[in-house]
Amino acid sequence: MTPLLSVKDLRVGFGRDPKANEVVHGVSFEISAGETLAIVGESGSGKSVTALSVNRLVDFGGGRVTAGSIAFQRGDGSVLDLVAADESRLETIRGREIGMIFQEPMTSLNPVHTIGWQIEEAFRLHKGLRGRAATTAAREALERVRIPDAARRLSYYPHQLSGGMRQRVMIAMALASSPRLLIADEPTTALDVTVQAQIMALLDELRREMGMGMIFITHDIGLVAGIADKVMVMQGGIAVEQGELSAVLDNPQHPYTQHLLTAVPHFSNGTAVRADRIEADVKDAPIVTVANLAVRFPVRSGIFRRQTGAVHAVDGVNFELRRGQTLAIVGESGSGKSTTARALMGLVRPTRGVIETSETRPGRHSSERPLQMVFQDPFASLNPRLTVRGLLAEPAIAAGIPNDAELVRKMEALLERVGLKPDSLERYPHEFSGGQRQRLCIARALMLNPDVVVLDEAVSALDVSVQARVLELLVDLQHEYGLAYLFISHDMAVVERIAHRVAVMFAGQIVEIGEASSVLSNPQHSYTKRLISAVPSVDRRHQRFELDTRQVPSLVRPAGFEPEPAQWREVGADHRARVEMTGSDS
Amino acid sequence: MDMLKAIARHPSGRIGGAIIGLYILIALFAAIGLTPHDPLKQFRIDRLMAPNATYWMGTDLFGRDMASRLMAGIGQSFVIAFISVAFASVAGTIIGLVAAWWGRGWDGALMRLMDVLLAFPAILLALLIVAIAGPGTWTSILAIGIVYTPIFARVVRGPALSIKTREYVDAARTFGSSQFYILTRHMLLNLVAPLTVQVTLALAWALLTEAALSFLGLGTQPPTPSLGLMLSDARNLMESAPWLLVFPALTLMVGILGFNLFGDALRDILDPKTRRARA
Repeated sequence: MTPLLSVKDLRVGFGRDPKANEVVHGVSFEISAGETLAIVGESGSGKSVTALSVNRLVDFGGGRVTAGSIAFQRGDGSVLDLVAADESRLETIRGREIGMIFQEPMTSLNPVHTIGWQIEEAFRLHKGLRGRAATTAAREALERVRIPDAARRLSYYPHQLSGGMRQRVMIAMALASSPRLLIADEPTTALDVTVQAQIMALLDELRREMGMGMIFITHDIGLVAGIADKVMVMQGGIAVEQGELSAVLDNPQHPYTQHLLTAVPHFSNGTAVRADRIEADVKDAPIVTVANLAVRFPVRSGIFRRQTGAVHAVDGVNFELRRGQTLAIVGESGSGKSTTARALMGLVRPTRGVIETSETRPGRHSSERPLQMVFQDPFASLNPRLTVRGLLAEPAIAAGIPNDAELVRKMEALLERVGLKPDSLERYPHEFSGGQRQRLCIARALMLNPDVVVLDEAVSALDVSVQARVLELLVDLQHEYGLAYLFISHDMAVVERIAHRVAVMFAGQIVEIGEASSVLSNPQHSYTKRLISAVPSVDRRHQRFELDTRQVPSLVRPAGFEPEPAQWREVGADHRARVEMTGSDS
Repeated sequence: MDMLKAIARHPSGRIGGAIIGLYILIALFAAIGLTPHDPLKQFRIDRLMAPNATYWMGTDLFGRDMASRLMAGIGQSFVIAFISVAFASVAGTIIGLVAAWWGRGWDGALMRLMDVLLAFPAILLALLIVAIAGPGTWTSILAIGIVYTPIFARVVRGPALSIKTREYVDAARTFGSSQFYILTRHMLLNLVAPLTVQVTLALAWALLTEAALSFLGLGTQPPTPSLGLMLSDARNLMESAPWLLVFPALTLMVGILGFNLFGDALRDILDPKTRRARA
């Protein structure tokens, strides 16, 4: 039997001379109908270019297939070489026989048309449906991707849907033509982990229902275990290893695959937490105490802009930070974890609550700042027009420290400490890679000898192996300077590696807090359980996720609304969970 | 240095740069008195002579050398254009930054005021200001400056609003950096590119507006030579002495072309998107 897709010695180049600027150096793979191939690699590995070459979308990005063949078996049984096919032939293949889902559900839908219109368009183009038939088909497509209340949602615009819903709409559109092959390019990277589990489950189920082949591109090898039949690991434009799922994951041959599987943090239900906890630290006075913190943003409406309600972004949050300790706040987007950090740094004004810091520690120099922050995006948090010297000098200038030779010595020492060359002082941020930039941000945060560093998704934007090295650096720095970290992340695997204590946030409130090993291995609150069960893992093969269409509850409350005081249940010595109301669905 | 190289590589940057360079050179020559004749001296016998070996571009009704007057006129026009654009860019940048940074009331009040100024046709507003303050070189500088201020305010406010929400500005706030430091090092430094482009384009308009004001007798006052004034004088003698009209008009046209080409080139070079494409 001929395979659905057979790629042989594919070479792809870019620019005026594609042969000289080759980024994919001879990749071969095969997919049969109903099979899933996962392509795993870090950014720049050529995984997306390889997949985009299959439907020749790479041509529109300036790329050229310079050699090799892509044999695709069409619906009528004929085999077509997509490398040799001309554009008009390709147009009949794209969408109709090879569907595609992109990473960003926010930008791949047209904001000025309803989703119903956009799905109908797919049916008009591929199936020639008109009028009522197209509307019915669109509604059925939405039902197929498990969107509740599909008939009403047809008239929604993309901005009215959450990220997960939009990705489901994209899937519905890609499947409108019942393609024989679906290419999914990091379809869940921009989504929350519980939503990611939903989309993965959906894709797997639809693939089985429709018997199509699927190419699943991802940087997360853990994600692959749940869905793929075959795995191809790419590095630098070469397929370094490929084979059956269990063969690659259990018995990796290539050092890079081994590196991906071992060096990269994988979530292991609290068994890999740090063991370096200093036992005596509980007796120390906390260096930061946050009590009953609330941040609300007013919602105004009407001609007089009267306040009719408030978004309760953060509500009744309590925690303490101690020397040398990491408290991780985990939660999904909209849970209020970043707002908590910003309130701590004074970037948003808390509506109420107390934030106590050790500003008055005896012997503290007036030019030291106890709290510093490292932001998520290392490309946005460094001013592109300042040199490293100017960037590092800024906290010192703000604190009134003279910008002299001593300061330069300190900069050089810190640069060396975070693993950058001391001669980088005169260079600009764009000359550094993402990981190096994040090291720069860390060095900048340490310029004023802080007690606490707030790390807001500080490693989320980095490639997995870079992530692991930055985490190591953070742990080393914590030992060396006795820093306390407030580590904010959505990534359970990363949290497990760095946290001593974990606080789980949901809908603006902490629902569970305690020692990392206890919270991660023995979650009590239903949301924590849901979050942990959604984390992909290498150990869970072909896991069947349950489809769950629950939405995050709205945080908008009427004016004057006060939440009931939280009831807590003690689970262990340092582990407590919020008591859930009976009958509440969140 | 990279900037100069990039301009030299860009075709319209090369042409525009050459024109502006030539004009500045001519203006400098005129400023230190290196003109064929004294631009103000009247050679009564040689009135209305066509271009010849002594008077390269002929003479006007009073027997003054056109070439010398043109050289001095370029200087006069450039000085007015540069000072007024400097005024407009500084005032507009401050207004735009204040509006973007403090927002709310400031933004509303300042930007509506700028909208009112923008609603007038440029030349009409300039006429109004000159009518109030009386004609003269400094009034026309003021008038041109005020007319082009709203354009700079708008050019600054848009990007400033987006830079304000960047993480590096948040980071600066967490260090406790002063507002002045954030406004100058983070906001202004990142606004240099759009401002540079706007300055060169505004110079072209300022040159034109200055000529128009002088043409109407409201700008530079005689006997000081100015391109607009020379055009105005030539109007009645267009048929008998066309050189009086042709040379100043050509000079003005080429100068404006130069600034526009240069501005286009700067826009291409400073645009991060095209820069990334080249890299």
